Amino acid sequence: MNILVIAEHDNQTLKSATLNAVSAAQAIGGSIAIAVIGSGCQAVATDAQAIAGVDKVLLADNAAYAQHLAENEAKLVASLAKNYTHVLAPATATGKDLMPRVAALLDANLVGDVIAVVSPDTFKRPIYAGNAIATVQDSDAIKLLTIRGTAFPAAANTGGSASLESVSEVFEATKTRFVGEEVVKSDRPELTAARIVVSGGRGVGSSENFKVIYALADKLNAAVGASRAAVDAGFVPNDMQVGQTGKVVAPELYIAVGISGAIQHLAGMKDSKVIVAINKDPEAPIFQVADYGLVADLFSAVPELTAKL
Amino acid sequence: MKIVVAIKRVIDYSVKVRVKSDQSNVDLANVKMALNPFCEIAVEEAVRLKEAGKATEIVVVTIGPKAAQDQIRAAMAMGADRGIWVETVDTELDALTVAKLLAKVVQNEQPQLVLLGKQAIDSDNNQTGQMLAALLDYPQATFASKVVIEGNEAVVTREIDGGLQTLGLTLPAIVTTDLRLNEPRYVKLPDIMKAKKKTLDATTPEALGVSLQKSIKLLKVEAPAERQGGIKVESVDALIDCLKNKARVI
Ligand SMILES: Cc1cc2nc3c(=O)[nH]c(=O)nc-3n(C[C@H](O)[C@H](O)[C@H](O)COP(=O)(O)OP(=O)(O)OC[C@H]3O[C@@H](n4cnc5c(N)ncnc54)[C@H](O)[C@@H]3O)c2cc1C
Ligand SMILES: Cc1cc2nc3c(=O)[nH]c(=O)nc-3n(C[C@H](O)[C@H](O)[C@H](O)COP(=O)(O)OP(=O)(O)OC[C@H]3O[C@@H](n4cnc5c(N)ncnc54)[C@H](O)[C@@H]3O)c2cc1C
Repeated sequence: MNILVIAEHDNQTLKSATLNAVSAAQAIGGSIAIAVIGSGCQAVATDAQAIAGVDKVLLADNAAYAQHLAENEAKLVASLAKNYTHVLAPATATGKDLMPRVAALLDANLVGDVIAVVSPDTFKRPIYAGNAIATVQDSDAIKLLTIRGTAFPAAANTGGSASLESVSEVFEATKTRFVGEEVVKSDRPELTAARIVVSGGRGVGSSENFKVIYALADKLNAAVGASRAAVDAGFVPNDMQVGQTGKVVAPELYIAVGISGAIQHLAGMKDSKVIVAINKDPEAPIFQVADYGLVADLFSAVPELTAKL
Repeated sequence: MKIVVAIKRVIDYSVKVRVKSDQSNVDLANVKMALNPFCEIAVEEAVRLKEAGKATEIVVVTIGPKAAQDQIRAAMAMGADRGIWVETVDTELDALTVAKLLAKVVQNEQPQLVLLGKQAIDSDNNQTGQMLAALLDYPQATFASKVVIEGNEAVVTREIDGGLQTLGLTLPAIVTTDLRLNEPRYVKLPDIMKAKKKTLDATTPEALGVSLQKSIKLLKVEAPAERQGGIKVESVDALIDCLKNKARVI
């Protein structure tokens, strides 16, 4: 098996989701290469070379790849893919934007959100908001997968000594123009990789009130998440949505505050190790999955918890 | 400007599915079905573009069994002008096949904009729009939260992991919808009546010249590991004690 992993990065640092995808590649077994596609991203390639178990790093460093536009990046990945049996990418917004486009260029299907490798051609993936787990067998010559990070451990990011090869092929995006980006800056841990996540829902009531959630999160050095209702209402930005159609998290500790526990929300957090729910409604469905439930008004319970920790 | 919207019939979002005891699939017998929520958002966006004078015609297309006509009528009640139903008996076509069928429809219809949902809430695949874009060599903007048509461009704001990104796509283009794009309207009874009179054309994969191949085989469908419900604690102090001494996570 010859496996290519597409690195997730912002041209400066390698994102940890890449390390989970490398573990999935190890579960398939074979030689592993990582493609770092970007612009001015030499430092990312150096990080990738250090990942344990990686044999080779392919660096495609060109201004055409600065913004990870699917239109041209898919053409490059489809071209690189011809030398591999498997191409893996993290199941992030970037990976999900890119990989199906690569698949169609190769006249292949894609197995998305893989949570387990059964054999080199058979994989498990959640369907129906995680209420069922499908085992699927892929007969395409080149297997294309996106990997759900929470289902695989992170490969060690030190100890490796992969070779570096540069890729000179350049595809320009001719029909996609990059206009701009509003990236939310935060000093808190990244949501999908954090050890503790504190999430707020509609019950928090306003963007102003979310400060009680942030205060608890900061005390615990936790990331902050939210339900769809909290995002839709404009309490917090979209990148904080946890759930079937948002981000999937599986921290050691997940604290759901003022969240009722709709199936779409549970799909994004029910694999957390320990779940705490704070909700004033004793009948809220979130209590059915919570290890520790506290029936209380969040505006008194959360500040008290923050103060006593 | 003509808009094509691809729509899918799926299980209603409020239904919790059960796995069949023989693990062959989920049990969809007598389950409430509906228009995929992301497709509903796509139809709404098309209707708003028409109301704003940017679009002239909205064609909805679905691939599926006869019952999927219900979803075409639902989209027509929201304001779509015309429907195309690609009849397939097999409800589990793989995404590439769906994209190939849609590509043929797009080639026939020649729209300037194709709207799809970002994901179908049954398979949770999130791939059809991207595949369609590749097959047609059109630019794509997935996970859209804002779409503005300016001259020959669709300027689309997308929800990405770190925040928002805005792209300008030269038309014709593919856009997939995210939750924040709009809030679909409620349809009124007269609109449902009017929808019944709109044109719905039927076609088949054979007529479109697409063979139904499959490279993904569904071997088994299992229920996920059930989480054991836990305990209710009486106070914040009791919660802290549990987290420190029982769960040992803080
Ligand atoms: C296609 C689709 C996709 C979706 N994707 C997602 C997704 O990815 N993620 C997601 O989260 N949702 C998603 N949803 C929405 C989901 O169905 C629910 O509507 C949503 O999760 C509800 O959010 P909530 O729990 O914050 O709000 P609510 O259900 O309104 O719950 C608020 C809770 O707060 C409690 N509360 C209120 N005040 C207080 C107080 N003072 N103290 C303590 N508790 C209080 C209430 O008792 C209640 O339980 C999706 C829906 C659809 C149709
Ligand atoms: C249990 C199970 C597991 C599966 N696993 C896989 C898998 O791993 N890989 C795989 O390739 N396929 C898989 N499939 C097949 C999957 O159902 C098909 O790929 C599907 O019909 C194609 O749409 P989607 O659900 O992938 O769409 P998505 O890409 O999730 O949907 C995005 C949008 O595409 C449009 N669209 C999708 N389907 C249609 C349609 N029939 N008619 C019109 N528009 C449509 C809609 O606008 C929709 O909002 C699986 C199916 C099942 C039942």
